Amino acid sequence: MILPLTIGVLVTAGVYLLTRRSMVRAVFGIGLLSHAANLLILTAGVTSFREEPIAGRVDPALAADPLPQAFVLTAIVITLAVMVLMLTMAVIGHDDDLRRAPEVGETPDS
Amino acid sequence: MIDSFAWLVPLPVVLPLIGAGLTLIGSRDDRFQRVVSLTVLGLVLAASAAMLVLSHTRGTLAVAVGGWPPPMGIALVVDRLSALMLVTSTLVTAGVVLYAIGQGRSSDDETDAGSPLPIFHPTLMVLIAGVSTTFVSGDLFHVYVGFEMLLVASFVLLTLGGSVDRVRAGVNYVFVSLLSSLVFLLAIALVYAATGTVTLAHLAGRLDALPEGTRTTLHLLLLLGFAIKAAVFPMSGWLPDSYPTAPAPVTAVFAGLLTKVGVYAIIRTQTLLFPGDRLDTLLMIAAAATMVVGILGAIAQDDIKRMLSFTLVSHIGYMLFGVATHTQIGLSAALFYTIHHIVVQTTLFLVTGLVEWRGGSTSLSELGGLARTAPVIAVLFFVPAMNLAGIPPFSGFLGKVGLMQAGVEVGSPVAYTLVGVSALTSLLTLYAISRVWGRAFWRRPVSAPGALERVLGSGASAGGGVGDAPGIGAAPTPRVTGEDDQPTGAIDTGVDDLSLRTVPRGMIAPAALLVVVSVALTLVAGPLYEVTDAAAASLWERTPYVDTVLQLERAGVVAP
Repeated sequence: MILPLTIGVLVTAGVYLLTRRSMVRAVFGIGLLSHAANLLILTAGVTSFREEPIAGRVDPALAADPLPQAFVLTAIVITLAVMVLMLTMAVIGHDDDLRRAPEVGETPDS
Repeated sequence: MIDSFAWLVPLPVVLPLIGAGLTLIGSRDDRFQRVVSLTVLGLVLAASAAMLVLSHTRGTLAVAVGGWPPPMGIALVVDRLSALMLVTSTLVTAGVVLYAIGQGRSSDDETDAGSPLPIFHPTLMVLIAGVSTTFVSGDLFHVYVGFEMLLVASFVLLTLGGSVDRVRAGVNYVFVSLLSSLVFLLAIALVYAATGTVTLAHLAGRLDALPEGTRTTLHLLLLLGFAIKAAVFPMSGWLPDSYPTAPAPVTAVFAGLLTKVGVYAIIRTQTLLFPGDRLDTLLMIAAAATMVVGILGAIAQDDIKRMLSFTLVSHIGYMLFGVATHTQIGLSAALFYTIHHIVVQTTLFLVTGLVEWRGGSTSLSELGGLARTAPVIAVLFFVPAMNLAGIPPFSGFLGKVGLMQAGVEVGSPVAYTLVGVSALTSLLTLYAISRVWGRAFWRRPVSAPGALERVLGSGASAGGGVGDAPGIGAAPTPRVTGEDDQPTGAIDTGVDDLSLRTVPRGMIAPAALLVVVSVALTLVAGPLYEVTDAAAASLWERTPYVDTVLQLERAGVVAP
């Protein structure tokens, strides 16, 4: 029951942060949401503790399902990269953070 | 069918990735980058064309990556649909790369918005690899990885130069894309939980066995993720806001490929994974709404790029329509239309880049008289524009006729409504196009101080005319997105200076080449329809795809 509750809390917090105007917070929101997604993938395998899934060393009946773990690993790496990119964008486009750039005319001084 | 040609299958992914590495290493040398990019695209095009012929004549090709057969490893599968998409996307990208090369470095300032920044070629290669990955992959999670590859590459391309305008447009795009990816990822998690596999060929059987409610939930989640990427109506708002700010070659590639990747994924979902017709009515309604809302948006635009972005959204509806009819003829027409639309939409964005180069703007209120001052560009615009609107005898017309035929064949009230809506959309497209034609090309040249100042202000650089590099931050920020774009500083000069700007031949030739390709689609429509018919038949049948993968699995030897 802990896992679904955690996922629920993460999604709630993520959606809340996404609705914020500040780009950095929205990025954190995306981060929380992707954690929720990762946990959901983990629940697709068996969540209780199992042996490491190495062929030839562990009885397959006792081993954990390696596929969700591989998915999560891939997803984490991707999310990390994208979050770094977005945080960079938040820095470059810092005029977009909380303030709105004027529609016409000069760019606001940085 | 597993045969000696299976080694061709990974090439469309592997070659661009190698190209990305090489162009990154040689990023100081322009010529080296160009040679590598074009060589890679040429090889991929040859491989894709060969696979199209093979998959059409001999059956689906498949290969197990790393020698691990499907239950453990990932299968790459190329059937007619994949091969068609590969050939079209590579062809179009080659045209765009040639165009970008022709455009040249627009100034010595490397932060300028011109396309051939050192990172342009490597990023584009990664984008192509990502697009190819989604086309050839036989594994749901691998499709997700492909999506992420192309998305991350597109983030970089969209914000090339890092100007405020582009970053702002990019932020929207990044968030929407990530949300759609998250939805897709959630769907994958649930699919895996429900079936215990993510191999498409296995899913085809196991999803059928699920309870109705579970299956519909998974179906809807997957469709939602893909529909955001394909810009289907309720989820289409992001597209016209993010595409037009990018440089012309980038917008052209995006318009041609990215939404079509979503369409491809929808086609796979509808045919291979969930072949029942449960959600067809929903899809039809979404298709109709996409067409109408998109084209109404297009009519209201002052900027050509924005107008084209809205027609892009609108015409996604046609492809969706074909899939939703759930008939062979409808799917076949949808495939044909997808190919037609990739070529035509890319061409139009490239030609708009020419217009911007020549006229210094893409705003209809500032352009005029191009038919007289730039007849070549006028012809290049006119032909694909008429093609887009679906004027006979162009391929757009042939695609639409096929779709309407399918709609009539279905015969339900919704289908008939959709036939009517698609005809209406076609007319409104013609109206939107003729509005552009009448104002930008036929009208007497207007004195456009804003445009001129824009050109002069950006040091006559205007890499795709956007020229809002940080280096010229003192100049008034040129805006290409706004409809409320008023000329600010009224310099009292004629347009004579503007008309001196000539467009490099290296830009015109690739655009002309793509125009020729789009016209050639009409000429080869017969054979092409033959291929799409066969593709549609085997897609609905499902067995050619599934059997090939299962055969691979049986024959496969697990690597030591």
